[in-house]
Amino acid sequence: MPIDKRVATTAQALEGVSDGATVFISGFGGAGFPNALIRALRELGPKDLTLVVNSATHRYSLTHELIDANLVRKVICTAARGHTKDPSAFESRWMEGRIELECVPQGTFAERIRAAGAGIPAFFTPVGFGTELTKGKEMRRFGERDYVLEPAIAGDLALVRADTADRYGNLTFRYAQMNFGPVMATAAKLAVAEVRAVTDAPIAQRDVQLPGVYIDRVVAVS
Amino acid sequence: MTPLNRLQITWRAAQDIRDGQVVNLGLGLPVHVSDYIHPDIDVIIQSENGVIGAGPLAAPDKIDTDLVDAGSRRITLRPGAAIVDSSWSFAMIRGGHIDVTILGAFEVAANGDLANWDMRIPNRGPLVGGAMDLAACARSVWVIMEHVTRKGAPRLLDKCALPLTAVRCVSRVFTDLAVVDITPQGFLVREIVDGMSSEELQGKTGAPLSFARDCKVLAAPPIALPE
Repeated sequence: MPIDKRVATTAQALEGVSDGATVFISGFGGAGFPNALIRALRELGPKDLTLVVNSATHRYSLTHELIDANLVRKVICTAARGHTKDPSAFESRWMEGRIELECVPQGTFAERIRAAGAGIPAFFTPVGFGTELTKGKEMRRFGERDYVLEPAIAGDLALVRADTADRYGNLTFRYAQMNFGPVMATAAKLAVAEVRAVTDAPIAQRDVQLPGVYIDRVVAVS
Repeated sequence: MTPLNRLQITWRAAQDIRDGQVVNLGLGLPVHVSDYIHPDIDVIIQSENGVIGAGPLAAPDKIDTDLVDAGSRRITLRPGAAIVDSSWSFAMIRGGHIDVTILGAFEVAANGDLANWDMRIPNRGPLVGGAMDLAACARSVWVIMEHVTRKGAPRLLDKCALPLTAVRCVSRVFTDLAVVDITPQGFLVREIVDGMSSEELQGKTGAPLSFARDCKVLAAPPIALPE
C-alpha cells in the first residue's frame, strides 16, 4: 500500500489524542504556530494536558485558548510572561496554584526534546549552572567546568506548522517557521503537521527539511 | 559631565566588534548595536530563533511574517544568510561558535556573574528565553546598561542580589558613564566620561574599581533618542 499521511481535516489529524497527553506546540518569534491544530485540540477537549511550548502566551499563538479552556495541568516553557498589563490566562492560574510551571533555558528546552527523539535519556550542559532554574539537579565537573544533568522530554503529540508537505510527510518550512518544529516532531508518538499546501508530487530531495519518517499525519489548512 | 544616552551606549559597544565575528544581540536595546557597526566591518548576526545572518528591519511594504528574529521583529536577511532549527541554533551557541553576545542586564558582579532575566516582578510569570544559554556559552559576553538604577543604586556590584543568569561570564560592560572590564582582580575602568572623577564613578559603583593606566575618555557622536 502506498504511504499516504494526508488527512482531510484537523479533527482527523488529532484522532486518538487522549486525556493526560504531553503535547508539543511549535512556534517562536512570531513564526511557525500551528494555530489550526491548536484550535482543533481545544475543540476535541482532552483534559490534564502537559504543554511543551516555548511561550505560555504569545501574541501570535492560540496556545492561551487551551489554558483558558482549563485543559492544561502543566506548562514546560522558556517564557511564562503575558503581554498585557493584566495577567494572562496562564499567569492568573499559575498564581492561584491551579497550573504547574517548569521554566527551562531555551537551548536546554530544545536539546531536551532533541534528546528524546534521538534516544538520549539525559545529557550534561553548562547552561543554568549556579542558577535557580537548576536547583536540585545533578551536577558534574568535566575538565574546568561545571555541568548540569538535564533529562529528555518525550511527548505523546506534536503540533507542528510547516509550509508544504507531500504524502510521505516530508516537510518544507518558510524562513524562521522552522524553530522547534523539527525536534518536536522527532520526540512525539504522534506528530502532526499543518501546512499551507500539500503537494501531489513528492517534494524534491534537496528541498526536504524534515524527512517524513518523523511525521504521522499532514493536513492542509487555509 | 556628559553621560552617554542609551543609543550612544550601543554605538560604543558596536565599535569593539571586529571583522568576521559572529555576534548575537540580546532583545531590547542590544539589537540596536547592529545600526552602528561600521559598514566596512562584515559580521554575521545570529538570532537564537535560527536566523544566521540577520539583516536590518524590513521596510513596511517588504514585511514577511515568517521572516522574524527572536524578538518577533520582521527582519531581512543579509547576503550569505542561512536558517536552522532551534536545536541547531543553540548547539551553535553552546558549542562556542558565537564570538560575542551583547546583552542587557540588571546587575553585574565583580567576578563576572550576570543577573539579567528575573527582576522578581510580582504576579508575572518568569521569562528566561535564551539568556542563560548565551551568557554561559558565548566566547565573549558584553553587557550594555545604565551605570545605576533609576533610583540611583549601583548595578555594578560585589555580588548580584537578583537571580543569576550565569556565573563568571561577563568580560566587558558598557554603561552611560564608563567602559569597564572584568578581570581576575575585579572591575577595571578602561574609559570614563569627560568631567567625571574616579571618586565620583566609584561612588556610583558597588564594588572597588581600579583604573587602567591608559584610561581614556568615553565619548560618542550625538545620537538623538526616538521620541
